[in-house]
Amino acid sequence: MVKGRFTAAEKEMKLLFNYIIFPGFLFSAVIGLISGWVDRKVTARVQWRVGPPWYQNFIDIIKLLGKEIIVPQGSKITFLLSPLFGLLSAVLVATILGNAFISPLEGFIGDIIVVLYLLVIPAISIIIGAFSSRNCLASVGASREMKLILAYELPFILAIIVVLIKSAGALQIGSIINYQINFGSHLSSPSGALAFIVAMLCIQAKLDFVPFDMSEAEQEIMGGTLIEYSGLPLAIFKLTKAILLYTLPLLLISLFWANEIGVWALIGKYILLLVIIVLVKNTNPRMRIDQTIKFFWGPVTVVVTIALILALFGL
Amino acid sequence: MGLKTKALTKSLWVFHLCAGGSCNNCDIEILDLLTPRFDVERFGIVLVGSARHADVLLVTGSLTRKAAPRARRVYEQMPKPGLVVACGACALGRGIFNEGYNTPCRLDELMPVDVYIPGCPPKPEAMIAGIAKLINKVKGQK
Repeated sequence: MVKGRFTAAEKEMKLLFNYIIFPGFLFSAVIGLISGWVDRKVTARVQWRVGPPWYQNFIDIIKLLGKEIIVPQGSKITFLLSPLFGLLSAVLVATILGNAFISPLEGFIGDIIVVLYLLVIPAISIIIGAFSSRNCLASVGASREMKLILAYELPFILAIIVVLIKSAGALQIGSIINYQINFGSHLSSPSGALAFIVAMLCIQAKLDFVPFDMSEAEQEIMGGTLIEYSGLPLAIFKLTKAILLYTLPLLLISLFWANEIGVWALIGKYILLLVIIVLVKNTNPRMRIDQTIKFFWGPVTVVVTIALILALFGL
Repeated sequence: MGLKTKALTKSLWVFHLCAGGSCNNCDIEILDLLTPRFDVERFGIVLVGSARHADVLLVTGSLTRKAAPRARRVYEQMPKPGLVVACGACALGRGIFNEGYNTPCRLDELMPVDVYIPGCPPKPEAMIAGIAKLINKVKGQK
């Protein structure tokens, strides 16, 4: 049998393997939890502390699995189901992205659009879960999260359109990567660099990191959207965030910086982006939600529009 | 010792409850635990914002008439297995408010307390010693 050709059953098994083990759920969860440790460790070092051991996030998840699950009055089914939907879509994004890196030509046309849609679902699941808990602080957090989505989605999509224009209209993550392997990374051009900066700001907001973490501000609204969650659903939300922490920098690498995609190059680029995100997180105060919307719809959108115009002129 | 118990001892999330009558000095000393000198995040201990996320309820201050039923309610909101630590003389036995008309009861008349940390205020070293005792208690050792 020629290599690369499978029967239908084998193909299904391969898809299932991709989704559950590599590069889907298991792999992305492990990498995400270790990146969560990098986050905590770098934070601790910035504050001149020692920080937790590398397996700390795994222990946290195992501990949460053994805790009581308290379901508040309100819509119980949505309360318990919404974390699951967030996790499933985050894993799907991780799978599509990982497959695009492993075999760039095997994707389907338009997977970048699918990824864009799937990346919103974790945030929406957090909103639905928070509202169904009937807690007033959770409602405040959820309304902030909604405004945050409205704020960052516009510049994020524009930044991705810059990439699509620059890679000759390719609508497939694999072909965007191929384009960059052949013609150099988008990051080295002026429009690509501008769009990259904007996209970094947007994923900072997507990850709910400071300065854009007003939806779960621990000091003012006590955990905000996650306030009523305990036990298993909380563990699922933590896992979803961990997987997003792995997926979003990888998405940026695939879109902007994929001139070299060997394993070690990928690891180095990923750690570099992660540390930049964590340093931004640690050196900024939390912004109010109105400031955030003004920031994203004002200066950030202007910058990404300039990048768009530069890209149309071929710079 | 099962995996769950072991995980619980290695990752204690603390909800800090200041129950009414208190001079806030214990609270200041608790914050010292998070500073570079003591850094209890090395052992997986973090402060969390919601009682639903907590494994340990750390109570300071003597319970006032208004605060006592609410403290009990916070304890009931914490998912089990949950532990309670009383920190400072006020939480242990009402402290200088012992004969006050407004401080009806001690903390352990209201909820089961696992570890008592005496002192007014207790030093951060004493609190770390208390946490070590708490972990040993969870493990089932003396």
